[in-house]
Amino acid sequence: MQFGIFSVSDVTTDPTTGRTPTEGERIKAMVQIALKAEEVGLDVFATGEHHNPPFVASSPTTMLGYIAAQTEKIILSTSTTLITTNDPVKIAEDYAMLQHLAGGRVDLMMGRGNTGPVYPWFGQDIRQGIPLALENYNLLHRLWREDVVNWEGKFRTPLQGFTSTPRPLDDVPPFVWHGSIRSPEIAEQAAYYGDGFFHNNIFWPATHTKKLISLYRRRFEHYGHGKADQAIVGLGGQVFMRKNSQDAVKEFRPYFDNAPVYGGGPSLEEFTRETPLTVGSPQEVIDRTLGFRESFGDYQRQLFLMDHAGLPLKTVLEQLDLLGEEVVPVLRREFAAKKPAHVPDAPTHDSLLATKGSATTDTEVQ
Amino acid sequence: MTRKLVTVTAGLSNPSSTRLLADRLTAAAEEALADRGEKAEVRVVELRDVAHDVMNAMTTRVPTGELPGILEDVAGADGIIAVTPVFNASYSGLFKSFFDIVEPGVLDGKPVLVAATGGSPRHSLVLEHALRPMFSYTRSVVVPTGVYAASEDWGAGGNGGRELSERVARAARQLALLATENAPAAAEDPYEEPTPFADLMSGLGA
Repeated sequence: MQFGIFSVSDVTTDPTTGRTPTEGERIKAMVQIALKAEEVGLDVFATGEHHNPPFVASSPTTMLGYIAAQTEKIILSTSTTLITTNDPVKIAEDYAMLQHLAGGRVDLMMGRGNTGPVYPWFGQDIRQGIPLALENYNLLHRLWREDVVNWEGKFRTPLQGFTSTPRPLDDVPPFVWHGSIRSPEIAEQAAYYGDGFFHNNIFWPATHTKKLISLYRRRFEHYGHGKADQAIVGLGGQVFMRKNSQDAVKEFRPYFDNAPVYGGGPSLEEFTRETPLTVGSPQEVIDRTLGFRESFGDYQRQLFLMDHAGLPLKTVLEQLDLLGEEVVPVLRREFAAKKPAHVPDAPTHDSLLATKGSATTDTEVQ
Repeated sequence: MTRKLVTVTAGLSNPSSTRLLADRLTAAAEEALADRGEKAEVRVVELRDVAHDVMNAMTTRVPTGELPGILEDVAGADGIIAVTPVFNASYSGLFKSFFDIVEPGVLDGKPVLVAATGGSPRHSLVLEHALRPMFSYTRSVVVPTGVYAASEDWGAGGNGGRELSERVARAARQLALLATENAPAAAEDPYEEPTPFADLMSGLGA
């Protein structure tokens, strides 16, 4: 089981001080947070991709390459890579390059992006979101697996005799997750390829999340990649911890009440009751996270949202210490003890390299 | 067989004339169903009771409190009675907000009886210019007779409220007919029956 953090890269005013970090400060803070994640023993750091303020992460491979140079173990990922508005040819090139530089410590999570005006900035139309995600990923999948590609589709110019360079490291394409919060089409897509499916459940009640994950698991089995409980599932989570539960609530409340995404909505208490948000002691975070397994089955990747809503860098780093020291070691032990032997871990470059050459290439698209 | 009715009422005071109209329509619909040999299972939703939850869902999409159960009942209803007070020449904001958070497709084909209350008969066309278009947009089957009740319809007018009673009974009969004849809502669940990948890719480059 992999544990990590994912960032949306928001530049948000700290409501307790009124101070807003500069873009430069936020970018450097994200790097420090990633380095800290490795230091405290987390497995994954994932950055979002956004092309509009107040977000700074418009260029994920630049940031991840810089982090790769300063880390040794942590897997660098995305949350998400916009498969709709990026040219799949450029994604193929950029992430293969990153894969080489990071020694294989790279995977990606595909997402569509839900902000209508962003699409035309890149020559696209949000109403074509699903078809774009389907066609672009299909091409990306081929570019990483076929040395020479001839291709014609609906959304980009045709390719004749095109070779995407560099070729993936060891000829092993990066593992791909597909992230979606409500689209059955994307769960179906992930299942078809035998890729991972990530549900960022942080704004959703378990009943909803369960529907999408069950669909993905069922269809994963339908397409012959294994049993439903062997499908590769990732989940989000958001937590704020202090040793003492009341201290956590007191400290986090102003951030919750003023954050662009929660402010003016449900109370902190309502939100923690109805969604995975956990504000309390490390033990409460452990209990809540173990509960995800009860709801959705054994899963492979747990990403926490830690740096958002204007929380100062110092606080985020403290949170990562708590996560790495008090929460994740217990979760690793508990999840491992509960996981049946036939349920796989999330694929990594090393595991994919090890299984490469086996007779069935079950992710091949016909 | 048992038909499920959900009455949604957006009155704010207690008691409100909107709730009064909602209760009369509900009782009339039960009676009309009984005349057709059908039983009725009724849930009356006072939107005031879930006003904060409606706003929570509006701002963060997270349905809190009783709201998830209510939305489920709306989705499973054979017929809906929707009653709003007239505010600023239209439905109330709370009434609109509630139907704004009902998932797209849920009201498709669902029989809806529209009704409104107001202090003046001058707003009676609110049914035709606000409620009926909204429910047409959601592809509901709107009952031909809408019921508007102004202050004078409650008995102060010349004919002692008889016209209102007749309209209530007529609208309820029409709702009962639609709720009975409509096949029980069996909306396709895309999470149960997804479009196969090959169909999704149809027409796209592969």
